[in-house]
Amino acid sequence: MHPILKLLVQRIALSLLLLLAASAMIFIGTQILPGDVAQSILGQSATPESLANLRAELGLNEPPLTRYFDWLFGALQGDLGTALTNGRDIAESLGARLKNTLFLAFWAALISVPLAIFLGLLAVRYQNRWPDKFISAVTLTSISIPEFLIGYVLMYFISVKLGWFTSVSTIYDSMSLGEKLSAIALPVTVLTLVVLAHMMRMTRAAILNVMQSAYIETAELKGLSMFNIIRKHAFPNAIAPIVNVVMLNLAYLVVGVVVVEVVFVYPGMGQYLVDHVAKRDVPVVQACGLIFAAVYIGLNMIADIVSILANPRLRHPK
Amino acid sequence: MMNNELKHLAARVARKTVSRRDFLGRAGALGVSAVAANSLLADAVKAAGPNKGGHLVQGMGGGESTNTLDPASTASQVPFGNLRHFGETLVGVSENGELTPRLAENIEASDDAKVWTFKIRKDVEFHNGKTMDANDVMRTMERHSNEESKSGALGIMKGIESMKVDGDNFAITLNSPNADLPYLLADYHLVIQPDGGFENPGNGVGTGPYIVEVDEPGVRHVFKKNPNYWGGDVVNYDSSEILVINDATARTAALQSGQVHLINKVEPKVAKLIDRAPGVSIKNVAGRGHYVFIMHCDTAPFDNNELRMALKYAINREEMVDKILRGYGTIGNDLPINAAYPLFDETIPQRKHNIEKAKEHYAKSGHDGSPIVLRVADGAFPGAVDAGALFQESARAAGIPLEIKREPNDGYWSEVWNKQPFCASYWGGRPVQDQMYSTAYLSTADWNDTRFKNPEFDALLNKAKAELDEGKRKAIYSQMANILRDNGGLICPMFNDFVDAVSDKVAGYVLDPNAELSNGFAPVRTWFA
Repeated sequence: MHPILKLLVQRIALSLLLLLAASAMIFIGTQILPGDVAQSILGQSATPESLANLRAELGLNEPPLTRYFDWLFGALQGDLGTALTNGRDIAESLGARLKNTLFLAFWAALISVPLAIFLGLLAVRYQNRWPDKFISAVTLTSISIPEFLIGYVLMYFISVKLGWFTSVSTIYDSMSLGEKLSAIALPVTVLTLVVLAHMMRMTRAAILNVMQSAYIETAELKGLSMFNIIRKHAFPNAIAPIVNVVMLNLAYLVVGVVVVEVVFVYPGMGQYLVDHVAKRDVPVVQACGLIFAAVYIGLNMIADIVSILANPRLRHPK
Repeated sequence: MMNNELKHLAARVARKTVSRRDFLGRAGALGVSAVAANSLLADAVKAAGPNKGGHLVQGMGGGESTNTLDPASTASQVPFGNLRHFGETLVGVSENGELTPRLAENIEASDDAKVWTFKIRKDVEFHNGKTMDANDVMRTMERHSNEESKSGALGIMKGIESMKVDGDNFAITLNSPNADLPYLLADYHLVIQPDGGFENPGNGVGTGPYIVEVDEPGVRHVFKKNPNYWGGDVVNYDSSEILVINDATARTAALQSGQVHLINKVEPKVAKLIDRAPGVSIKNVAGRGHYVFIMHCDTAPFDNNELRMALKYAINREEMVDKILRGYGTIGNDLPINAAYPLFDETIPQRKHNIEKAKEHYAKSGHDGSPIVLRVADGAFPGAVDAGALFQESARAAGIPLEIKREPNDGYWSEVWNKQPFCASYWGGRPVQDQMYSTAYLSTADWNDTRFKNPEFDALLNKAKAELDEGKRKAIYSQMANILRDNGGLICPMFNDFVDAVSDKVAGYVLDPNAELSNGFAPVRTWFA
């Protein structure tokens, strides 16, 4: 077997194992949450009778191990069960929310990743001169401001004062793509500002690191232009760390945007998860946890694979 | 003379032959203040009768992706708003606290207030085409009161001995007399559903003025006008939408940028600013909800009434209304009842902040001086942690050592409230005094969260239940209020207002102390100006 293929198979197998471990952690975690599902659903207005009735109906009296395996096999077959709180099919409601989350993450990534890499290259080209300092100052400032504050500021000026875009980003199926894009303009802007700095700085650092190498000096002596040296010689060799940080930020765009969702009233997975945690709706929390874990592990796996493929020593073994 | 000209102009604005801006300009030229001019305009618009058409959007906090349309499990604001669109109860309570007939045309009680007969309205159609009858009513009441019930109304449905249907009449026989039964049946959970909703409780089929069109919990709910509504053409909009916006700042921005027409739960600290902003106004009404600190009367050191009295005198109610509610509320009197309730005795003296008396009672209590732990969380009521700090300061002035322990919001209602002997809490209030007292102050009540057990009080409560003479009942309630005020474990510093904000595009908004957004009826009562 080709060593690369072997490595890849190993990576994928490891990722699956990791996902299984994550599923067990998620299940244990949801079991040790304080409070009681029935009490959380009925809230202050719960009487002992209605609590007992609800507990029995929800099957909370079964042993935990039985429930774990039931859940795991169900999840493998795509059956995530029904929500305890409103009796809806989880796969269906979660699917719609996941689609929205990925929609937002996709457009935010489409703008932020190329922009970050371009700005990173630009910063290297003008290293320690004013464009470099300006780019760093702006992106580091935007990452340092809490995202809800950026959200409120944009909302006040762009939505309330100027009326260019809506402050409520609710999207639904009957909207056209154009309407959807206009609705998510503000959250995409906020997310871009939030993830830009990390990726930009990493690109800059990785390329600068490569720029110290002897072969770059050779390229310089050959008389290549600075930008061509970066593009042709430095960037391909810096790709592994850049992909790593890009994947980390993509994962963040999927699993970490609950604050932006709340501020802009975006129907994504974050708010969906938080609502169900508050109500101790365990099957939904588990399903969300599993999907978030899969996204994280999957994206990191892709980053690993890309680094393997980008490494010439692995591509061309002796 | 000047007034006549303006009235004439206002009527023309209402008919849209003169612009609002021209009217206000003319009013200004005549030296009439903007406030007076606006109110004149509002009167004229009301007189001209409501406009028809349009799509109303309410931006509401208090909705979760866990919500359902099942009336039995309604517990927060958005599901409540949904019920008001598609569902209806047997009777309603008007903004003046009077009973109004809804699906029941007529109500009759036996002389001992034990048997109640409701004549059910004919020719009412459910949204699925079925005609509503007395059987549906009985099945609905069964679902909310039977042994498997998880309904939020289960507590108030206790005490029913039997129910029966006789033609168009639905009769309830109670174990013991209750003069307030119709008020209890006005509870928003008790929406009449086809066959009681046994089969599919969350299908959103009711008899209400709107029909469910889109139901995305935690995101939005859309309704369209019901063309077959029994009450005729009362709804002014073609369609109505609830957009779930839980973040207070986002809610305000949505109103100001014109994406929604009404919002609920305006934070008191920004209410005055919003009221000054163009195009929107604040609507606040004193309700029955109250922010409280509760002591267990059977747990040391709170089993000592002198200590309870010391704490009641040590709290500064005015300061709390001022700082916690920013004036959007009224002071409490260590009672769960205020003037918003029918049969309230307004002559009961108001307890005031009095350090001398607090010191006196504290000395008499003989408390050993160890810190008294008060548990708080902002989940108990907004600003509870700050209120606890204010209480601590004013108690310190009387030499009472309060220790504030901050608890997590998460799990507050299951771990702290009704378990710990002294904590912050919130009560939403009930439509009538009997229900409030029976729910939380009767010795045997499930939610007797102050562990208040007073045989005299219980006896009076039962006596009032059977008393159909309002004057006599008022006297009994007054006596009970005095007992509770001077002996109970309830420290009630304030009643909070419902604070909504409304766009100028919306006319006909009615202040209603029963609940926010005009008791949830804003989509029925208002129209686009």
